[in-house]
Amino acid sequence: MKPLQNNGNEVAALRPLPHWGKLFLIFIAGGLFGTGLAISGMTDPARVIGILDVFGKWDPALLFVMAGAVGTYGLVMLILRHLGSGSLKLPSTGSSPIDRQLVIGAAIFGLGWGLGGFCPGPSLANLGALRTEALVFVPAMAIGMVVAQRVFKVDRLSVKG
Amino acid sequence: MDHYTYVHALVGGCLIGFASLIATALSGKVPGISGVFGRLLVPTTPDKSWRLLFLIGLIGGAALSFALCDSAAVFRPMRSLGVMAVAGLLVGFGTRLGGGCTSGHGVCGVGTGQKDSIAATLIFIAVAILTVFVVNGVNL
Repeated sequence: MKPLQNNGNEVAALRPLPHWGKLFLIFIAGGLFGTGLAISGMTDPARVIGILDVFGKWDPALLFVMAGAVGTYGLVMLILRHLGSGSLKLPSTGSSPIDRQLVIGAAIFGLGWGLGGFCPGPSLANLGALRTEALVFVPAMAIGMVVAQRVFKVDRLSVKG
Repeated sequence: MDHYTYVHALVGGCLIGFASLIATALSGKVPGISGVFGRLLVPTTPDKSWRLLFLIGLIGGAALSFALCDSAAVFRPMRSLGVMAVAGLLVGFGTRLGGGCTSGHGVCGVGTGQKDSIAATLIFIAVAILTVFVVNGVNL
C-alpha cells in the first residue's frame, strides 16, 4: 500500500485512517448516495418534473427527499460543530457573496433542470442503467462545464465541491 | 413488487444526506455533485482520486438499486433527446457559473444555513418551476 500522502488536498481529513481506507470509504459513500437517489425517485424525470409542476399536476413526493437529505446533513453538521469535530476537518460555513454570477448561474441551472428533469447527480446515476437520456445529457453537461471553466473562465472554485 | 411511497422518498433523502456527511468528513470539502464531477474536467485538480471513486460508487449504487428495487427502476423520460442535450449544456454551464447544484447548494449549503446557497436554491427552484410551466404549456 502507498504511504499516506498528505500533500495538500489529497483527502487530508480523518488522519487516523490510511489513504486507501479513506478512498474505500468514499467509494462506499458514493454508493450510498447513488442508492439514495435511485430509491428516492430522484432518478425518474417524470417525478422531478412532477414536483416542479406546481401549477399543473403537482407531485409533492420529492419534498420528502429534500427534507430527509437537508435534515440529516444539517442536523449532524450542527452537532459536530457544537461538540467539536476532533480530527475531522470540516469545510468552512462562510457564505460567498450573492453576486451576479451566482444569480445568473443558478437561473441557468434552473432552466436546464426544468427542461430535462435531470440535475447532475441523477443524470450520472442513470448512467448505471445506460439510459439514452443520461448518455446524451452527461456529455452535454461536461461540455457546458468545460465552456464555463475554459472559455468564460468562470468556476466558483471557492466553496461547493 | 414494491410500490413507491413517501417513505421511499424520505429514506432515500436521508441516505443522500448521510452519504454527503461521510464525503464531507473524508474530503474536507462540500461534496456537491456538480463540483465533484466538474473539477475532474480541470487537468490541474490535485484531488482527482476521491472524486472519481465517489462518482463510480454513485453510479454503481444506483445500478444496484435499479436492479434490486422495482420502484427505483421506474424511469419515465419526459423530453426528446435534443431537448436533453440542450438541458445538459445549460445544467453544466449554470452549475459551474453558480457554484453548485441540488446537492452542493440545495442539500449541503441549505443544510448548514449558508446564505449564498439558500439564495441559489431559491433561484434555481423558482426558474425550474417557471420552465416546467412554460414547457408544459407549449408542449415541447
